[in-house]
Amino acid sequence: MAEVTEHDTHGGKGSVYRVAGSLTITRAATTQREIDALHDPLTIDLTDIDRMDTVGAWLVYRAVRDRGAKVIGASRDEVSLVEQVGDFDHPVRVAPLEKHDFLTGLQELGTWVVESGKTLVGLLGFLGASLIGFANIIKRPKRFRFNAVVQRFDVVGVRALGIIGLMSFLIGIVIAQQGAVQLAQFGAEVYTINLIGRITVRELGVLMTAIMVAGRSGSAFAAQLGTMKITEEIDAMRTIGVSPIEALVLPRLMAAVLMMPLLGFWAILTSLFGGGLFVWLDLQIPPATYIQRLQEVIPMTDLWIALIKAPVFGFIIALAGCFQGMLVEGNSEEVGSRTTTAVVQSIFLVIVLDAIFAVFFSSVGWV
Amino acid sequence: MSAPKDCQPIITVRGLRNAFGEQVVHDGLDLTVCRGEILGVVGGSGTGKSVLLRSIIGLQTPEAGEIEVLGENMVGRSEDEAKNIRRRWGILFQNGALFSTLTVAENVEVPIREYFPFIKPPLLDEIAGYKIAMGGLSADVGPKFPSELSGGMIKRAGLARALALDPELLFLDEPTAGLDPIAAAAFDELIKSLQKRLGLTVFLITHDLDTLHAICDRIAVIADRKVIGVGTIPELLALDHPWIQEYFNGPRGRAAEASYKKGATA
Repeated sequence: MAEVTEHDTHGGKGSVYRVAGSLTITRAATTQREIDALHDPLTIDLTDIDRMDTVGAWLVYRAVRDRGAKVIGASRDEVSLVEQVGDFDHPVRVAPLEKHDFLTGLQELGTWVVESGKTLVGLLGFLGASLIGFANIIKRPKRFRFNAVVQRFDVVGVRALGIIGLMSFLIGIVIAQQGAVQLAQFGAEVYTINLIGRITVRELGVLMTAIMVAGRSGSAFAAQLGTMKITEEIDAMRTIGVSPIEALVLPRLMAAVLMMPLLGFWAILTSLFGGGLFVWLDLQIPPATYIQRLQEVIPMTDLWIALIKAPVFGFIIALAGCFQGMLVEGNSEEVGSRTTTAVVQSIFLVIVLDAIFAVFFSSVGWV
Repeated sequence: MSAPKDCQPIITVRGLRNAFGEQVVHDGLDLTVCRGEILGVVGGSGTGKSVLLRSIIGLQTPEAGEIEVLGENMVGRSEDEAKNIRRRWGILFQNGALFSTLTVAENVEVPIREYFPFIKPPLLDEIAGYKIAMGGLSADVGPKFPSELSGGMIKRAGLARALALDPELLFLDEPTAGLDPIAAAAFDELIKSLQKRLGLTVFLITHDLDTLHAICDRIAVIADRKVIGVGTIPELLALDHPWIQEYFNGPRGRAAEASYKKGATA
């Protein structure tokens, strides 16, 4: 639609850019390329234009501004549009200034270290605030939000039964199946029961439950509190005089601490059930024998270990989730990143603690 | 009371019905917006002003009725067909709805990149630059993120994004809500001048009586699930509907009218 002519003006090479039809954003990329390809001095002929928008006007304006182009054949409306667009010509930066060199690299590393330190201090502070809130509730039990806690029990505990049960059931089957295959090489299939019994009760039942609770509830805690932070609900609570720690954090902490042992126990039962089912169907060991063997090989201390670890894991998960949620500031993207951090942190801490517990219980003789 | 004689309809709504479960928001609502006018939509809280806007722009599928925007039927069309229309309008949401992970300038560039991917970054940045200036923001706002802006600046940035594709039609949902009176007056001024300069048609939802007096060509009043009247303020007052009377003749309505008259004679 554009016609370009090169001609001699005053002995020098010049060019005329004649546009017909519409000069709008639709043709902006082409128009700009065509104008850029022309020689100076440039003349833009707008005689045959029937529609021009601000982008078209901007293209004409910048040709005039940067290259001293001459505009001919423009109607009054077009001239005024070009002038108006020119009024808004203020150089604007699009992205924040970013430098990439050694020093900024060092600076980022430093910032990261300081931030990590602050986060750790903040986590300790948050732990302290939670304990103080707990102490306040013990002093004045009327402040205890019974309904909120029961509701959290439902969300964290009861509604997780299905998925945790299914997961543990399958894990029980997998352990039994893999164990049976390996032990069959020594003709020791019957020890599959020892394997299932001890590994699920002592380690996997609670550990897998903790991972599931971290993914299910820890993330939910972070996202809920983070969103409430963004919508200023938490600020509103504070100004009304409701302590967010008491109203939001404590119910979640208590729910996680109390529900984790129950869920862990449930996970242990369903894995034993899954393992037993496999042992019965594949190795032809009847359920009565399976249960009797379990009683013989699993020491009571294994169950104690599981039930001691579970509330600690629950506490860590809820603490990390709530803490990250309360750290959210600014935009919705941060809710996502804080939620991720909460899950990663809590699973990592759970596994570290699990290792410490394993060493500890072994050294106190609970083997 | 019907549309002016020389009206070229740009939005036509006929027999619109919207309901959420039992609750009927609109029933038999008719409205025509003419090309080149600023139409203000008023109504009490919960009368469905925002629902009407969402129906017109296709975010809410009505139970019944016809909606025509820029000559195209909006109800029951596919996403692909609607794209051509979406290009021709700009919308300023009530809370700005800026993309929080992008800077203001990048926000303005989003619609341009979406529809015109061949425009090169330098030109794109220049376009974003003058759009931001058009929205009445200073140059240093470009690289800032929405969370660093004040309420008024967010509205202006939202307006700059709404203007990104040189729309023929501009939807504004309570543009002056939450602004201080000075900022609100400046925003009214900005809309009026842009409307004149760019020949826009503006569909404006507002509670702000000053805005209605200062910039609206016609006003549509929503009550009893339909538009009970469209026209200038004197025309509406002639209708003798209790809500209209109370709205424009209440203490705030009178104050706004007085200040507007004073401004007009001064």
